[in-house]
Amino acid sequence: MIKAIKKPLTLSRVIWISVGLCLCLIGVSLASLFVGTAEISLSKAVGLVTGALPPDDPARLILLKIRLPRVALAAMVGFGLSLGGVVFQALLRNPLADPFILGVSSGAAFGAILGIFFGFTFSLGVPFLAFAGALFTVYLVLAIGSRRMGMESSSILLTGVIVNAFFTAIIMFFISTAGDSRLHAMLYWLYGDLSQSRFGPLALLAPVVAAASVVLFGYAKDLNLLTAGEENAYQLGVDVEKTKKVCLITVSLMIGLTVSLSGLIGFVGLILPHLARMAFGSDHRLLIPAASLGGAVFLIAADTLARTILSPSELPVGVITAFMGAPFFIFLLKTRGSQWSRS
Amino acid sequence: MEPVLILDKISFKYEDAWILQDVTLRTYEGEILGVLGPNGSGKSTLLKVMDGALRPQQGEVLLGNRPLASLSRIDVARQIAMVAQENYFRFAFSVLEIVLMGRFPHLRRLQFEGDKDVEIALNALRATGTLHLSERSIHEISGGEKQRVLLARTLAQEPRAVLLDEPTSFLDLKHKREVFRLISSLSGERKLGVVLVSHDIDLIARYSHRIVMMKDGVILHLGSPEEILTPENIEAVYECPVLVDTNPATGKPRVSLRG
Repeated sequence: MIKAIKKPLTLSRVIWISVGLCLCLIGVSLASLFVGTAEISLSKAVGLVTGALPPDDPARLILLKIRLPRVALAAMVGFGLSLGGVVFQALLRNPLADPFILGVSSGAAFGAILGIFFGFTFSLGVPFLAFAGALFTVYLVLAIGSRRMGMESSSILLTGVIVNAFFTAIIMFFISTAGDSRLHAMLYWLYGDLSQSRFGPLALLAPVVAAASVVLFGYAKDLNLLTAGEENAYQLGVDVEKTKKVCLITVSLMIGLTVSLSGLIGFVGLILPHLARMAFGSDHRLLIPAASLGGAVFLIAADTLARTILSPSELPVGVITAFMGAPFFIFLLKTRGSQWSRS
Repeated sequence: MEPVLILDKISFKYEDAWILQDVTLRTYEGEILGVLGPNGSGKSTLLKVMDGALRPQQGEVLLGNRPLASLSRIDVARQIAMVAQENYFRFAFSVLEIVLMGRFPHLRRLQFEGDKDVEIALNALRATGTLHLSERSIHEISGGEKQRVLLARTLAQEPRAVLLDEPTSFLDLKHKREVFRLISSLSGERKLGVVLVSHDIDLIARYSHRIVMMKDGVILHLGSPEEILTPENIEAVYECPVLVDTNPATGKPRVSLRG
């Protein structure tokens, strides 16, 4: 008997799964908007949409000026971190890779902590220094890690680890010499903080994340082939050096900007790609949209918990992502098995 | 027979050490060219030069009548397929997905595989006897099955030239034979110019039309198995005493170690 052949991935499958995840995203976003320390009744929410709510009602301020930008930032950061994680894991063929592995995190943290130490504002000075720090370390890693023969994954990885260690040392120095109030701000930044979100920086982040996802989706098939080794991909027609260069730079720019606005939110960029792989298989044409949208949903949910669980005070969202995410992931790993090779 | 790859006085060096020197060679449609030589004799480098992955400092490689160096990577991949020595799949792709990757050079950047591509992949799976594995993960199949799946991917690529670097190095006798027989019948049916690097002298003798014998980056001998596989040639190249007689079943030279 001939078994029916399962159809390979089609465009319509990618679209339907993406649409489904977009609906989830909208649902989670709406739910998150109406959950919080300040109770907002449904009638006020409806009034806001229909225009019946008076312009000076505090509910309008809370929804539009505080929660909406925060939910939007969570969505973009979750989206960007997962996207970066998927691409880096494929590019470096390493299950432990996350978007921070090339030193983006420590570079950004160095910049941010320098900014906090010298008392710069969270609206301009700190994110600017964080972004500059991120770009500087990525440049450093790529410059040191590249060889004459091109960029080799293991040497880039090693360089990233070492650069991370170096900047972490400097960060610890500043933390140990900082005063109480600044220490709190620094630790918050290091564990990820979405509470400073405003629409201005979002208008910059949104197009960058969108453009990066378009570029990276364009390389989805190349990434599929790269997971089987650079030699293999090259033989099948992939321009390996160009693909690596474009993907590394695109992800680094996107993650640098993301991190400068959110602080270091760990775990999302490592785990969401694995979850998406367990659910949807290894093809990056589906994996890229699925993991990215999943990351957005996950981070909105995590941030909602972060600001409600100890209400009226808040937790850094990075605490939630790791605390909830790690056991959940272990559960899935035990029950479903990793999509990584066991050999 | 039409020539597929033409190597004209190729020399290649890493740093200051010449790995290939003055190599002149042609491969033909429907022909299996066996490459023999001790470790470090430049066999793998030769394949990489033929694939365009390495550019020789001297001489020229022609694919058909065009210089290989003038073709884009994807143009080369439409005509030359190569199976590397080691193939390690980090992600759990299905066998069908792996074979469909052979269609990569024939598709545009954002194009998904269509019915025609799936048909080609299924035919390739059929031709290599791996159709029943199509839904299995590449991690769940045996070494022999994996080599056949990689050959299926090569067929799906619809190339003119196929370069194989020790395709049977991790296989037992039965699977070695299977892979060689498969390569032989496919090369005849599909008019593929096959270049086959292997340490299995007997199997090379059995299935190659011509043999190249290399040492220290130089072609020492080139000709039919009977012409090339003499005790003098083998002892000079491999530096060990051998006995060569005729395999009564195949009529091909048979090489054994003498003491």
